[in-house]
Amino acid sequence: MIWLGIDTANIPLSIAIVEDGKVITEENTSAKINHSLRAMPAIEEAFKRVNLTPADIDVIAVAEGPGSYTGVRIGVTIAKTLAWTLKKPLVGVSSLKALAMNGLFFNGLVCPLIDARRNHVYAGLFEMKNGIVTEKMEDQHILIEDLLENLRKVEEPILFIGTDVALYEEMIKEMLEERAVIAPVQFNLPRASSLIYVAEQMETKEEVHHFVPEYRRIAEAEANWLKAQRDK
Amino acid sequence: MNKDQYILGIETSCDETAASVIKNGTEIVSNVVASQIESQKRFGGVVPEIASRHHVEQITIVIDEALEQANLLPGDLDAVAVTEGPGLVGALLVGINAAKAFAFAHQLPLIGVHHIAGHVYANQLVQEMEFPLLALIVSGGHTELVLMKEHGSFEVIGETRDDAAGEAYDKVARVLNLPYPGGPEIDRLASESETAIEFPRAWLEADSYDFSFSGLKSAVINYKHNLDQKGESVNPAHVAAGFQESVVDVLTVKTKRAAEQFKVKQVIAAGGVAANKQLRASLTETFSALNIPFYVPPISLCTDNAAMIAAAGTSMYNHGVRSTLAMNGRPGMELTSWNK
Repeated sequence: MIWLGIDTANIPLSIAIVEDGKVITEENTSAKINHSLRAMPAIEEAFKRVNLTPADIDVIAVAEGPGSYTGVRIGVTIAKTLAWTLKKPLVGVSSLKALAMNGLFFNGLVCPLIDARRNHVYAGLFEMKNGIVTEKMEDQHILIEDLLENLRKVEEPILFIGTDVALYEEMIKEMLEERAVIAPVQFNLPRASSLIYVAEQMETKEEVHHFVPEYRRIAEAEANWLKAQRDK
Repeated sequence: MNKDQYILGIETSCDETAASVIKNGTEIVSNVVASQIESQKRFGGVVPEIASRHHVEQITIVIDEALEQANLLPGDLDAVAVTEGPGLVGALLVGINAAKAFAFAHQLPLIGVHHIAGHVYANQLVQEMEFPLLALIVSGGHTELVLMKEHGSFEVIGETRDDAAGEAYDKVARVLNLPYPGGPEIDRLASESETAIEFPRAWLEADSYDFSFSGLKSAVINYKHNLDQKGESVNPAHVAAGFQESVVDVLTVKTKRAAEQFKVKQVIAAGGVAANKQLRASLTETFSALNIPFYVPPISLCTDNAAMIAAAGTSMYNHGVRSTLAMNGRPGMELTSWNK
């Protein structure tokens, strides 16, 4: 069984190929290079490195969001096009859950976090116990203060993961004090092999035409329009 | 005998998700367009983020349909051509990344096409091009006069300095409270009106082939504002007729002057505004009097479509032009010749 994993949901890029439970290649970068320049070349290089062709792939996993709208769309477009045209199943995985896997052995709560600007973040919350993951909160777009206020009510230590955590580190430590653990830098990049690890435990989709990103946020114009309809 | 050539075209530069297969650069085998007009109507114009979201929903469905209608398998194709720019960057990126993934999956050559080159080559699907050729491109995003001395050679001799013609149509339609998209609505009202309000024409410098429509747009706004202040009502049909007369007059006179100066053998019009009935009639009449062949593709090939991208892509393919998997969306891409 050969898996291709693609994560372009945020600034980091991760591409992995996993063959029969072995990670045979993985590229992780966070170079602020537009994903349209790097994603497909990185996929092509990964195949070359392990001497496989696109047709050898059995199933594709992709980070479906949340994250940068454009970033998510690039990964999802590549993944669904490959899956459709090669007639392979597709699995969409939360980009936050994939990132949370970097804290799989933390034994406590893990909060993966992605900056969404204007003091908002995309965040999830997972409980890790001896390598078992339990989702404690749905992925959401939330004001950072509100997120931290909610997290103040829990008593366990919380591990914060993600390259954007640094933006809010002070506020996190102030609100949660010693219960807040900030992941060291080497655990901040999402890994496509982790994405595949999550995907392996999920159901695959054979019908990929209707596969779309999980933006976790309605487009601004759409929100304004809906509000105008309600106010009518 | 040479084998037939099949090129897949993909276009997502604005609010149409489109895919098409073209045979030998001139024959439409399939041409699929998924329009977002119903969704974008809610906003009175194209919202880039909404456009990009719809493209992701539609992209594989549209390509699948294009191959299905053509009754071809990916392996039967010679190359994949996709709009590289100009356009809305987020929208472009969906088509580009689908094209790249498809090309990679089947190890096909990839070609990035300029949207305007596509509009010009839409004509190749209805009429053999003859050079030198003058193309008038008029759409929501573009107003350009392009001189072609041979296949793949482009010289932009005039362009808009502010609003595109189609943009002016949409803005004036909004001022008149007409439904979106405004172009067809103004065209319809104008054709029914016997009276036309006199609005200015922006000729610019005597020898210039450039265009300007923002002054005309302001004149329409001022006219309405003045009547509003006097408490008088505006007759939208009279305004539409006057506005359209000004646009069509400038476009026709400049295109005619360029055609004469460069002694072209053919004049073509393309782009969404080339669907305008009054413009088509005015250009047809002008060039028939001059005995210069004038062609305008059917409306389905004037508005954004992928057949035109595949048609231009075929010429590029045969000139050895190739793109790499590192292709990016280029919102401000310039039209350059591929026949150097």
